[in-house]
Amino acid sequence: MRAAIAALAATLLVPASAAAFTAFVSNEKGNDITVLDTDSMEVIATFDAGQRPRGITISPDGRHLYVCASDDDTVRVFDAKTYQQLHTLPSGPDPELFVLHPSGNPLYIANEDDNIVTVVDVESHTVLAEVPVGVEPEGMGVSPDGRVVVNTSETTNMAHFIDSESFEIFANVLVDQRPRFAQFTADGSRLFVSAEIGGTVTVIDPATQAVEKVISFSVPGVPPEALQPVGVRVTSDGSKIFVALGPANRVAVIDGGTLEVDRYLLVGQRVWQLAFTPDEKLLLTTNGNSNDVSFIDVESLEVVKSVHVGQQPWGVVVAPN
Amino acid sequence: MRGIRGLIAVCLASLAIGAQPAHPAEPQVVRAAVLRVEQGNPLPISRLDLPPADLGFAGARLANDDNQTTGRFMGQTFEVIEADATPETAAATLEQLIAQGASFIVTMADAETTVALADAAGERALVLNATSPDDRLRNELCRANTLHVAPSRAMLADALAQFLTWKKWDEWFLIEGSHPNDRAMAEAYRRAARKFGAKVVEERVFADTGGARRTDTGHVQVQKQMPVFTQDTEDHDVVITADESDIFAAYLPYQTWEPRPVAGSAGLRPVTWHPTQEAWGATQFQRRFERLSGRYMRPVDFQVWAALRVLGEAATRTRSTDYAVLRDYILGPEFELAAFKGQKLTFRPWNHQLRQPILLIHDRVMVSVSPQQEFLHQVSRLDTLGWDEPESTCKLN
Repeated sequence: MRAAIAALAATLLVPASAAAFTAFVSNEKGNDITVLDTDSMEVIATFDAGQRPRGITISPDGRHLYVCASDDDTVRVFDAKTYQQLHTLPSGPDPELFVLHPSGNPLYIANEDDNIVTVVDVESHTVLAEVPVGVEPEGMGVSPDGRVVVNTSETTNMAHFIDSESFEIFANVLVDQRPRFAQFTADGSRLFVSAEIGGTVTVIDPATQAVEKVISFSVPGVPPEALQPVGVRVTSDGSKIFVALGPANRVAVIDGGTLEVDRYLLVGQRVWQLAFTPDEKLLLTTNGNSNDVSFIDVESLEVVKSVHVGQQPWGVVVAPN
Repeated sequence: MRGIRGLIAVCLASLAIGAQPAHPAEPQVVRAAVLRVEQGNPLPISRLDLPPADLGFAGARLANDDNQTTGRFMGQTFEVIEADATPETAAATLEQLIAQGASFIVTMADAETTVALADAAGERALVLNATSPDDRLRNELCRANTLHVAPSRAMLADALAQFLTWKKWDEWFLIEGSHPNDRAMAEAYRRAARKFGAKVVEERVFADTGGARRTDTGHVQVQKQMPVFTQDTEDHDVVITADESDIFAAYLPYQTWEPRPVAGSAGLRPVTWHPTQEAWGATQFQRRFERLSGRYMRPVDFQVWAALRVLGEAATRTRSTDYAVLRDYILGPEFELAAFKGQKLTFRPWNHQLRQPILLIHDRVMVSVSPQQEFLHQVSRLDTLGWDEPESTCKLN
């Protein structure tokens, strides 16, 4: 928690005029990473990332980029400045999504084949624990204080609450079909879990694990089965929740006060994952079937630009500095 | 900050004791059975299609593993009894299974046996038809205690027809086998042609004259026979084969008189499952199955898996293992199942048919998935496949 706030404070000190951040997009089919400058909104580099890169995240200090190279059965760690691979981490087979502890260590990886969550020390490159969870673990979230790790299992349809110290599951919350993603609010007071096939987002009170609300979606002219929530991001003040709706080609904006859908923003095809710039002025979306990234202005809620990246962009992360 | 941290620590401590879903002292048990009724089918044309000894049962084992993993968190236990029977012994086997406490019977049987089993089970068990595609089971022979996880012939034919219509390959040369199931499949294609505006411009019957399925130099004669059999037809875009009995269709690709693609029972085939299906997270599912069984998953395995997952899902959602509670939930409007097909699967209330996308595959890859998105429907696009509510003569709702 303290480290996270320190990191946040550091970014706030950066003058507005210098708000050019670097975004990294994993291209699942292209086997590479596209690097974007968020100020010019242009591609500045592309580098190889191994086979089928999907989940992507970055260390709190912005130095290390972590990429799930799913078909290489490993997590590749790159220098975020030079784009050189530094080393790999043991991940178990077919890693797809992971989450870093707010302190930057350890890394929690969902292993779909083995129904476990693997906890990896990113410094010693060793496996600290394997936590048995439900069938096909996928989404990973961590509470801002780092005490609770949440994993969603796609076929069991639960959010599993794992104590990050004992590695024991202490609660399970049933959600709708095929939960894909778990996202805490910055103050840890709410947890959002998206269910791709169920077509809903479940809002959970992490303190009691009670379900506060189940949010569903509706867009005129879009068949209900195409409304498939995947990536979720929440502004740090909790006022806006953004949900990528997959083949509906839209991002839903949910009001953090009422938990009602405020509007739908048309982006590219099969919108999958989302990432804010550190100043939260922009939200980037990966659009897998149109091979582009959309930039959403968070204040005005307008889609300001789409930029062509690699083949089948999957995940996105923006460096904190 | 320190205060918040302390508070969270207190919360966690209390949660660790109280948050686990209440587990009853005795685990609740859902007991199901898979009843495989031997059909006495002849050997397949291709040795790649030889039926494995665990056909269907392997799907059941994977489903039970999946259900058990979830049940671990719910305090529920799942058991599956595997049973083989012949059409003659099926009824007696059913009685044994019910006596052993199985109240959900997944059947791998033909239409006649399925109906007989459903009538024998009555109120005592729910029958989940995992293999029979017979359209009569979704119409005049429907039963209130029976669910159809297998797609109907109409669904399979409609799935292919939509794709061919999208391709504008709408003039069909239909070749059917001479067995009743082949004739029924051909009728499904005629119905699909009427439904989607295609034309059956030529029809022929390939008579099964018996004999060995494979001989040392069989291809020599096939190369002579098939062009002659398909000679002198009306102009057509595609050859549609209705050959559930596996007598001739596999011999047709590349052997037709006119250079035309083959679809139906060979070439481009409508199926529920295929080992090359990797969309919608299916890769992990395929690998789980392959690790468990040492072979690729076949459509029958998928259908048995889905049938047992229906139970698992109902038990999870209702937090119950009571037969009546599960049955009512499965037949009710809330039921939905995720099954690696990109959208939720639900049951049609009027005839208890599981709605599901159909894969169109050739030997090496998946070509497409129907329903094609251009075919719209007022309720669900999936209802563009098979017997829709106004057409079905079954009115269970």
